[in-house]
Amino acid sequence: MTPEDRGVRIATTSAVPNIDSESQLKALLSGMSGVDAVGVEGRCAKLATRSIKKSSKMSAIDLAISMVDLTTLEGADTPGRVTSLCTKALRPDPSDLTVPSCAAVCVYPDLVAHARSVLGNSRVAVASVATAFPSGRASLKVKLLDVADAVSAGADEVDMVIDRGAFLSGRLGQVFEEIVAVKAACGEAHLKVILETGELVTYDNVRRASWLAMLAGADFIKTSTGKVTVNATPPAALVMLEAARDFAESTGRIVGVKVAGGIRTTKQAISYLVIVNETAGSLWLTPELFRFGASSLLNDLLMQRLKQQRGAYVRPDEFSGD
Amino acid sequence: MSEERLDVRKTYKLLINGAFPRSESGRSYKVETATGEFLANVAQGSRKDVRDAVVAARGVQQKWWGATPYNRGQVIYRLAEMAESRRAELREHVMLCEGLELEVADRLVSRTIDTMIWYAGWTDKITQVLGGANPVAGPFFNFSLPVPSGVIGIVSSQDSSFEGFVDAALAPIAAGNTVVALASERRPTPAVLLGEMTATSDFPPGVLNVITGVTSELAPVLCAHEDVDGVDLTGVAPEDVDELNVVAAGSIKRVFRLRDVDDDALRRIRAFVETSTVWHTIGQ
Repeated sequence: MTPEDRGVRIATTSAVPNIDSESQLKALLSGMSGVDAVGVEGRCAKLATRSIKKSSKMSAIDLAISMVDLTTLEGADTPGRVTSLCTKALRPDPSDLTVPSCAAVCVYPDLVAHARSVLGNSRVAVASVATAFPSGRASLKVKLLDVADAVSAGADEVDMVIDRGAFLSGRLGQVFEEIVAVKAACGEAHLKVILETGELVTYDNVRRASWLAMLAGADFIKTSTGKVTVNATPPAALVMLEAARDFAESTGRIVGVKVAGGIRTTKQAISYLVIVNETAGSLWLTPELFRFGASSLLNDLLMQRLKQQRGAYVRPDEFSGD
Repeated sequence: MSEERLDVRKTYKLLINGAFPRSESGRSYKVETATGEFLANVAQGSRKDVRDAVVAARGVQQKWWGATPYNRGQVIYRLAEMAESRRAELREHVMLCEGLELEVADRLVSRTIDTMIWYAGWTDKITQVLGGANPVAGPFFNFSLPVPSGVIGIVSSQDSSFEGFVDAALAPIAAGNTVVALASERRPTPAVLLGEMTATSDFPPGVLNVITGVTSELAPVLCAHEDVDGVDLTGVAPEDVDELNVVAAGSIKRVFRLRDVDDDALRRIRAFVETSTVWHTIGQ
């Protein structure tokens, strides 16, 4: 199915507008229509009832596995733990070679070099959080050093956090410039911008922050750090996917979406895939444009996959923990 | 004012993880008394209800086994207290389900409540009776300790709706297992009542889960589930046992089936404990 079948028309002629001043940015973002919160939540609830069975379920599970950014972001992380995470990302189920690899492993900057050495030149990317993750409360100078550190250690992808304090108090220019500067510091590396939707209060803010990040050059917009009370929610993801679709339709630049935090079950993952397909279109159903930031989700996906094959419910401890 | 009052009809629901959901499938079925009159509409559990119950039972098993045996005994004793205070209701259901005279049902309920207290007493005695200190040729203590198998699936007796259910469910629970129990298909209400009583007896949610429904549909799911460590197939029809044995063997489960009621009294406790051997140096 092509994106056109879903009514998504990616612009081919226009380009991303240049933002020259904070007032221009403010005018652009405040001119956006509000989000119908009740409607968004209702639509998510409706889409969550969609039943995916048999062979479609198998391919959805495999697709979801290939979209996982296998993540460990704990103070207690060790090189050994990262090694086992990388091995798992390469070959999620060692007993079944048909299981696809994960998209990436996501670690703190100091462990990037180690992850890189384990993964070598494999298809699994190394992603690193940076810019004073998870709060984002540091000066721009420190944030850029953090990014440069991760990139020079071999990160393919950088997950930055926006300054929510600045965004919520209306200093949009500051947020915008930070993203632009981080994007420049990333060089070749892909930039994922974490909006932390749980702290943005309203869906209107989620839509505006999404546009702001995309205008500033984000390759991905990401829901959450996974470190606050409210993590990724289907409605927030839907609003971000709408923003990514609208952005592609009006500027021609295609931006990916990553949901992270609190996604633990196959059922949740599949309902996100349904939302992606029904909101942005099947073009986004690829690891290049949609990701799950998760750790325990992978085991549940493997368990459900085995359940589909064996016809019996599987023991959770059949798969390695992290 | 009229003396008439609308009936307050009761819905007999499942017990999963301390909550009383209707079946995930939305189904229910009609249960009749022994004489063929309508008794109740009961939730008809599905394989997903079994799955959810196993997740709940697995989640709480370490906690239940980690509680002191004395504490487990207190919790089961409290269940007996709750049953005692609802004995009129239990007696009525046992009488209707099994087609008994009132006095016979009354004696049966008394005996079953006594069984609960008996199992409450066993929690801190299992180790002494089933375990032991073994003589070894070396400067070591060597102990055999009974430990619970884990999560136990029970296909409860089809005929003995209350006594059979209580005996089958409480024995593994007393030994530190957690239980997913299928109630008798035609006579499920006493088991549902017992489940309701656990909610007021300090049972940690998930220690006992009660699923009502069609045995031939649910028993194979329970036997095939790889995260169930043992099954009690007492309530399975003799002609179906072989097939379920094969399914259970797929994940190397312990399988128990009550054959002779006169087996020794600890048969059900012994059915779902493993023996763990511990070596310890003799210190000077």
